Amino acid sequence: MSRATTTGRTKLPPEQPSIPQRSGGTGAYWLYLLPGFVLLLVIVIVPLVWNLYLTFTKWRGVRSPEFIGLENWQKILTDSDFWTSFTNSVWMILAMVVVPTIVGLIVAALLFDVVGRKFGGKVGSFLRATYYLPQILPIAVAGIVIGWIVRPGGDGALNQILGWFGVPPYDWLGQMPSALIVLMVVMVWVQLGYPVVVFMAALQRVDPELYEAAELDGANWFQRFSAITMSIIRPEIFVVTLTCTIAALKVFGPVYIITRGGPAGATLVPAYYAYQEFFTKRNVGYGATIATVLTIVVVIVSIIFIRVQNSLERKERAGL
Amino acid sequence: MNATTAIVTGKPAKTRPRGGMTKKRPIDWLLLALIVVGALLVIAPFYLVLVNSFKSPVDYATSGPLAFPETLDFGGITKFWERVNFPEKVWNSIFIAGIVSVLAVLISMLNAFAIGIGRIRGRSWIVLLFLMANLLPQEALLYPLYYMFKEVGLYDSVWSVIIVFTVVQAAFGTYLLSSVYGTFPKEVLEAASLDGASRWQILWRVIFPISRPTLSVLLIFFFIWTWNEFLIPLTFLASNANQTVPVAISVLQGDRLMDVTTTSASALLGIIPTLIFFLIFQRTLTRGITAGAVK
Repeated sequence: MSRATTTGRTKLPPEQPSIPQRSGGTGAYWLYLLPGFVLLLVIVIVPLVWNLYLTFTKWRGVRSPEFIGLENWQKILTDSDFWTSFTNSVWMILAMVVVPTIVGLIVAALLFDVVGRKFGGKVGSFLRATYYLPQILPIAVAGIVIGWIVRPGGDGALNQILGWFGVPPYDWLGQMPSALIVLMVVMVWVQLGYPVVVFMAALQRVDPELYEAAELDGANWFQRFSAITMSIIRPEIFVVTLTCTIAALKVFGPVYIITRGGPAGATLVPAYYAYQEFFTKRNVGYGATIATVLTIVVVIVSIIFIRVQNSLERKERAGL
Repeated sequence: MNATTAIVTGKPAKTRPRGGMTKKRPIDWLLLALIVVGALLVIAPFYLVLVNSFKSPVDYATSGPLAFPETLDFGGITKFWERVNFPEKVWNSIFIAGIVSVLAVLISMLNAFAIGIGRIRGRSWIVLLFLMANLLPQEALLYPLYYMFKEVGLYDSVWSVIIVFTVVQAAFGTYLLSSVYGTFPKEVLEAASLDGASRWQILWRVIFPISRPTLSVLLIFFFIWTWNEFLIPLTFLASNANQTVPVAISVLQGDRLMDVTTTSASALLGIIPTLIFFLIFQRTLTRGITAGAVK
């Protein structure tokens, strides 16, 4: 095919141009998909199916798995730790999606409109970089930093600052709900920079003339923001909320480092719970079941997001 | 420019000077102050890490975590540096993240070429299939992969981590690049094929150069994401000599010999590589993940 196209260069009459898409169909493009697909098969699809099989077994990782039918699935329904872990996922979504997206939108809009325009692009970029900084931090390192800031006793940074206001030292990670709150604050801190940078990049795409027109029609700042900016950067808002929701459901590192699910399982999240079952308790089958439920939730959330996005896009196209 | 300026002020555009900076009103200063306070809160933990990394344990005990160090003490840093053999960990991380980002960009490009340019049948399902690798919780693959790598002798080898993250990152790259390539101007492709370019040539001579900004953004994000990954390296890199920076630091947390200032120093040394990387590539990064290669 490719050789034919190359040699046909001078021979082909101009009215019949050789365009790969049309002349050769799309068949040959499958070849380009091959390396990626083989890797996907070995590293994702096979392990995923295997993991699903493991949910019907009891396995300690040695010898062969013992088939036990639906036992793990029955156990999970009445397992209070499991339900705690999913409740905590909802808190993680609040901390990693809702707050960062809303605050990120405000920060990006202010950085772009106010700081960038009035105080110069350099100030704007510097501040954007500052907000982005925690994002590049390995989550394990972020966890360690926060871990000792909130450490119990009077010499933890947080306790010392609160001490100035007469608040006695407090064991932030040893109690509920403060352990969960600390975890949430860490996640807001870590996540905020992502929407800020993505939204700021998106804002640059907004055509100033649109604003000009809206302004002539008498729209105020907020109206223009919601009608023009929001609709133009909607793809980015979708990407940010989808990726952050999934990240929130999958959160593992901070829990492993900061609380290890404690106190008494109160900050357990599904990913950490599965990990514990795999490698600490050696209940591979049950760990696989938790991981599978988490996967199903992630898939459902993704499907809902993509559906909503598609229907909005269709509406938009119909409107135009 | 003019119109955008007007949005900020809420005043008619004609009263604003064209381009440049406009008059700052009190509300602008207030908003700036708000943004700056937010930024200070964001970097406060970095400040704490910095000052406490250079304190002696005695200094920390007497002056607390917030004060500047009395004298510069490198004890914590050297202690941590030697304990984990830090250069080795940095090299492991660079090696893993570097190879992953190059391979993942390459595979993303090949996939996106077939999906976005080739418009192969069922492409939205294929994108979804690939995206799964990125969206799925790694726990759902963890034990089978753990077992597989043990069986083939890749357990506790950096290559196990490299293979996994190449797939995971390429999944995201495929998703992003497919949509970028989907909007690639037809005229350019048609012109190239009229000139007799084969598919392979179109990919490398036309699409690759034009989409290079997006590819470099992807490369850098892949590097940072892989560098920062925790679960898979924690599980698959058991021996000290193979560990990445984040894993080595976290493993040391349980060490009773770690005093507060050494903990802080470990955090500082964990931050520095990514910080350097960030400063070098800041411009590429801030061009944004959504940087459209084709305009």
